[in-house]
Amino acid sequence: MAIYSKKESRPAPVNTKGFTYWVRENLFSSLSSTILTILSFALILYVVPPLLNYLIFDATWSGTKEQITGHGARWIYIYEKFNQFIYGFYPEDQYYRPNLIVGIFILYIVLFRKIRNIKFRIFIIVSFPLISLLLLHGGLGLEIIPTQKWGGLLLTIVVASVGILASFPIGIVFALGRQSNMPIIRTISVMYIEFIRGVPLITLLFMSSVILPLFFPEGMDFDKLLRALIGITLFQSAYIAEVIRGGLQAIPKGQYEAADSIGLSYWQTMGLIILPQALKISIPNIVGAFISLFKDTTLVLIIGLFDMLAMVTLTATDANWLGFETEGYVFVTLIYWIICFSMSKYAKSIENRFNTNHR
Amino acid sequence: MTKHKKKPQASVAFYNNPENRALIYQVIVLLAIFLFTYFVLNNMFVNIEKRGINTGFDFLHNEAGFGILQTLIHYDESDTHGKVFIIGLLNTLLVSFISIFFATVIGLLIGIGRLSKNFMVAKLSMVYIETFRNIPILLQILFWYNVVLASLPTPKQSLSYFDTIFFNNRGLYIPRPILESGFIAVFIAFILGIVAVIFLRKWSKKRHEETGEEFPIVWTSIAILIIAPTLVFFISGSPATLDYPALKGFNFKGGWSLIPELLALTFALSIYTATYIAEAVRAGIEAVPKGQKEAANALGLKDYIILKKVVLPQALRVIIPPVINQYLNLTKNSSLATAIGYPELVTVFAGTSLNQVGQSIEIILMTMAVYLTISIFISLIMNYFNSRTKIKER
Repeated sequence: MAIYSKKESRPAPVNTKGFTYWVRENLFSSLSSTILTILSFALILYVVPPLLNYLIFDATWSGTKEQITGHGARWIYIYEKFNQFIYGFYPEDQYYRPNLIVGIFILYIVLFRKIRNIKFRIFIIVSFPLISLLLLHGGLGLEIIPTQKWGGLLLTIVVASVGILASFPIGIVFALGRQSNMPIIRTISVMYIEFIRGVPLITLLFMSSVILPLFFPEGMDFDKLLRALIGITLFQSAYIAEVIRGGLQAIPKGQYEAADSIGLSYWQTMGLIILPQALKISIPNIVGAFISLFKDTTLVLIIGLFDMLAMVTLTATDANWLGFETEGYVFVTLIYWIICFSMSKYAKSIENRFNTNHR
Repeated sequence: MTKHKKKPQASVAFYNNPENRALIYQVIVLLAIFLFTYFVLNNMFVNIEKRGINTGFDFLHNEAGFGILQTLIHYDESDTHGKVFIIGLLNTLLVSFISIFFATVIGLLIGIGRLSKNFMVAKLSMVYIETFRNIPILLQILFWYNVVLASLPTPKQSLSYFDTIFFNNRGLYIPRPILESGFIAVFIAFILGIVAVIFLRKWSKKRHEETGEEFPIVWTSIAILIIAPTLVFFISGSPATLDYPALKGFNFKGGWSLIPELLALTFALSIYTATYIAEAVRAGIEAVPKGQKEAANALGLKDYIILKKVVLPQALRVIIPPVINQYLNLTKNSSLATAIGYPELVTVFAGTSLNQVGQSIEIILMTMAVYLTISIFISLIMNYFNSRTKIKER
């Protein structure tokens, strides 16, 4: 009878593991792959060093305009105009007000996670927009700052958040309308959604800024910002409606039948059973819609509002800072990119968390 | 709804009957819409009369009186606003078609690159997508126009390629073919080539079904379509010449010139839309179950046959609908041209014409109608495609 003796397993051959193996497998596995790798490195060498030189090594970081040397970016322009990029023409001594809103927002987020009381949560959701409006616009003893003075990133965020908040309930109504059994309501919802989605946002903005005032009696004056917000909300609600419809369609029929069988009414079924599930499924796509909206807010510059992008063109016409728009565009690009990229990563992470489909 | 056999209908109040209730809701909604429309239209007529705004579409026959930077068909200042509308529409279609072509090519390459086994190619494709998708399209248009193209040299110091293509801050200049009367023969040869290809396809399909032998149909078709017209072109004595651009005085004359506005818009639209097309291509290819590829491999099929006969036919079903949607988005985004002044529909018609005539309602509605028509047309194509490629369950 043979006696079993343990034999150490031999190490894997050198050519199936380690760095060399990885490089050979992923970079030089075939002739075409080798060529592609070389081309890729050439492309990186061609693009990255000049870019880094411009952005960092040759750039002017401090000092005055007279001390600018080299061909790199002149970031002192951004220092100089930073406040305009962020706050527009908001009076400097009132900057604490938008800053305070950011503070309250962070505080509310923390409280919202800690305290699960439903009444408290509703209080937070309702009070935040009111407090923000009061702080930004003024009244009740605060100095009134007309909306013409709002600008920069502040305006971008105002337009994007009002757009999403106002379009949300409207979007839910149209999504439910499109799924409804009532033919007239369904037709109206479908027509609204398809009309809005079929035209460019810019024509809706033109419509709300040029035609809308004609629709209402004289004296009913619409602020320019308000008109833009109406256009954006009309636009966004159609897209939100389609996103939520996707969520509604993903709910199994059994859920409706179960709700019916215990005798819930339509609104009970929707409010307690269907919508909570549908909204949860739709969250990644809602974030996606919000990212597109955030990018689309730049279009308000075409109807004469001064959002962050418009600030580049505006500050570059300052006689002291002519020809500095490149730095402005790069700066604004970075801000948009960071915000949109982090939101899309967030949407991905939610999607993965909800993804119970093991593959 | 559920059937209640015993329940007497009378015990349910009239307004609690689901059918009646639905009717009541709909009547209320309709009434509200009618009242709102009446209110709006009434105000509109009052306002129009007060401000003395003209109404109707007569302005389409009035002289426009302004010049347009680039037109596809002949136009001068004495032409009407109706013609301005056509010019704008053509320019919208022009920039959309060019950008769709480039967006598709870039998107396909990047989408396939994203799935490449080569590490560098896959990562670079990802960087491309993440970079350009997260920057607003309007910002990209303005960047190309105000920064990149504006920093190109003047016409005198143009970048030139082989002395036939010139690139400067006034635009891109390329040779223009001038067709002579004999060129019709080449055109006929091309048409005959298409007919031949159609017959060839039928024949090769039949042969494939009967004998199982493959015929290199794609390469043969391309060869026919290129060789036949080229042969005829030389036999008939080269009935076309090229008009080269040349520097005369301060600017280039001759050839085809592409204005910087068109270039900036094309660059931005195709680079931006390509990111979405690339993601659609990737999702489509990933949607094909792995087992399909493994099974094909097990049968001993070659890589390109697997791609052509197994992966692509299934992937295209998933790829094409979102890509067509992106084509529509691109066309709608071309309206942003108004920020840099490329003379498409929104710039010249909803911009310049509107400022001159002041009939905002008619003009904005006409502009919207154009985009609506395009989007209805595209959704018709989609429905046709979806019904044709639906998996037929037997």
